[in-house]
Amino acid sequence: MNQTKPGRRVDRRRFLTLAGLAGAGAAAGVRPAAAEATPDPDIVNLPPWTQALGAGVNNHPYGTPSPFEKDVVRREVTWLTASSESSVSFTPLYALDGIITPNGLCFVRHHGGEAEIDPARHRFMIHGMVDKPLVFTMEDIKRMPGRTNRVYFLECAANSGMEWRGAQLNGCQYTHGMIHNVVYTGVPLRAFLEAAGVKPKGKWVLAEGADASAMTRSIPLEKAMDDCLVAWAMNGEALRPEQGYPLRLVVPGWEGNMWIKWLRRIEVGDQPWGQREETSKYTDLLADGRSRRFTFIMDAKSVVTSPSPQAPLHAKGPNVVSGVAWSGRGTITRVDVTLDGGKNWTTARIEGPALPRAMTRFYLDVDWNGEELLLQSRAMDDTGYVQPTKAELRAVRGVNSIYHNNGIQTWLVRSNGEAENVEVS
Amino acid sequence: MSRSARSCAVAGAFLLAFTGLASADAVKLGRPALPEEIKAWDIDVRPDGLGLPEGKGSVSQGEELFQNNCAACHGEFGEGVGRWPVLAGGQGTLKSERPEKTIGSFWPDTSTVFDYVHRAMPFGAAQTLQPDEVYAIVAYLLYLNDVVAEDYVLSKENFPKVALPNQANFYDDDREITEKAFWNAQPCMKDCKPKVEITSHAAVLDVTPDAGKEGDKPAGAVE
Ligand code: HEC
Repeated sequence: MNQTKPGRRVDRRRFLTLAGLAGAGAAAGVRPAAAEATPDPDIVNLPPWTQALGAGVNNHPYGTPSPFEKDVVRREVTWLTASSESSVSFTPLYALDGIITPNGLCFVRHHGGEAEIDPARHRFMIHGMVDKPLVFTMEDIKRMPGRTNRVYFLECAANSGMEWRGAQLNGCQYTHGMIHNVVYTGVPLRAFLEAAGVKPKGKWVLAEGADASAMTRSIPLEKAMDDCLVAWAMNGEALRPEQGYPLRLVVPGWEGNMWIKWLRRIEVGDQPWGQREETSKYTDLLADGRSRRFTFIMDAKSVVTSPSPQAPLHAKGPNVVSGVAWSGRGTITRVDVTLDGGKNWTTARIEGPALPRAMTRFYLDVDWNGEELLLQSRAMDDTGYVQPTKAELRAVRGVNSIYHNNGIQTWLVRSNGEAENVEVS
Repeated sequence: MSRSARSCAVAGAFLLAFTGLASADAVKLGRPALPEEIKAWDIDVRPDGLGLPEGKGSVSQGEELFQNNCAACHGEFGEGVGRWPVLAGGQGTLKSERPEKTIGSFWPDTSTVFDYVHRAMPFGAAQTLQPDEVYAIVAYLLYLNDVVAEDYVLSKENFPKVALPNQANFYDDDREITEKAFWNAQPCMKDCKPKVEITSHAAVLDVTPDAGKEGDKPAGAVE
């Protein structure tokens, strides 16, 4: 690793642009006493929006966020990859709340750019070790019985992959933003496999996309028959092109690369196919030089999204520590938060639905006296798994595995409210 | 038929038409895939060689094809231009500070080279290479990685005999055994450690992108 450019710090201007927060900054202190206060011009002077008429109902036939939210966008790290067709953009987790990621903010990872597919020309084929190889049109798929709606997180196995050797990227958008969580509408993959009739020797399926990378992954038949979905909608509308329109595979709890976008083909076979994305990539190189393969499940993980480097604290006194937790093994049952780098922990409040293999929101209401904080969160799931520290992970895996870094994240929150990505002993 | 019997029959048909469809078969959705259609899409090649097309190609033919179609990004010898992927070299680096994962140093299966080059390369002109051309390019990539000799001719017949050096070093996910300690339902809550020190700062590296500044390029990739 190309270490240190000595002594450079987050400069304030830059930090504010990053966060997209115009008035952010030093802790403003406590509420002024009523007696010394001058009247608030935003109350005593009528603003234009209270007098003149606003825009009509269909000014934006497809609505977009307020212009004041213009900085809440996906971002790229251009030095990561050689071309933006084979790259990644990150979800702005720091600015989001609740559990559902808005469609336009869901992180994007492509290997051959975004395919633009006319749904009328899209076909979905099931073949291989089946009794009857079949072809479906999109219209057929939407007529299938057994349609379902399920909320799942999708996390890239390389999420936090830049952090194996130490704190590197300043913002949870970059350290943890290769994740999104939406409600999918689709039909169980099982229904298609049953329609084709899997032969007894069938043990694996190969899923393939129709894009210019013809992305492929081998998936055990057991998982394919269990909870995988063939989905055409997210958050109630058609999949976004960058998420695989018109059809994608949903592989709950397993690494995002397996959720084949632009899904066009499922082949049934009796062994895995040794594809590039399950050999050269998505295998975990350990310290002894050997590599784990088929590490499909995403272990329990969490991150405090606010405060964080892109979302500083503005004032002493009451504040809400907010974050998300998820586990590919099941349901999040508990999240603990520490303000002192792991000496003492408090159990946070899980708020809103806590669904299996879905993002779960937690809050801790705090009264901040302006002291430096070392903020961390620690997730637990219903299998009893506890999110490990980065040191615990490195002790088992070394620092070369790129994938599956679910270690506990630390934010240093300074007394002026600014936050930085750090690691602690 | 009496009027009431007839309306019952109509209602019955209605019910039949709209209830209890358990599978695609029951509603006759989808149609049989034709052999030509399967052949057009089924291009995957497995480690045991299943799926390889007829054909062959030599290292020297591969060298020419590679220089014309691949070297602009991957370099004349597969060393990678700029940030484009490195395809050769890196042997003996897997335990080092900076592992270089290439076909020769890391990949387990020769079949993956054939499958992937055929399905996805050249980047931006996928699936334009003919089987003989892919055999030749794979032969050249194996030669660059010291797996075959300069005069090698790769074919469907001898393909399964060519093994990659790192194959034995892959094993199945064992997290539930080797990381059993992480299933610790009772983590420490109070006085868990005497003192805490900051060991690493992102601001020191300062590689976080921002609007006004050219991104720096530390090591690492999303892969
Ligand atoms: C325009 C640049 C470009 C050209 C030309 C190109 N490639 Fe690639 N190659 C890439 C990119 C980008 C990737 C990674 C794609 C991804 O993200 O999945 C890649 C990946 C690969 C890989 C996998 C590397 C790994 O470590 O997993 C192989 C093998 C490969 N290319 C071979 C070839 C061959 C053979 C040719 C010529 C027939 C070729 N490439 C032409 C850009 C290029």
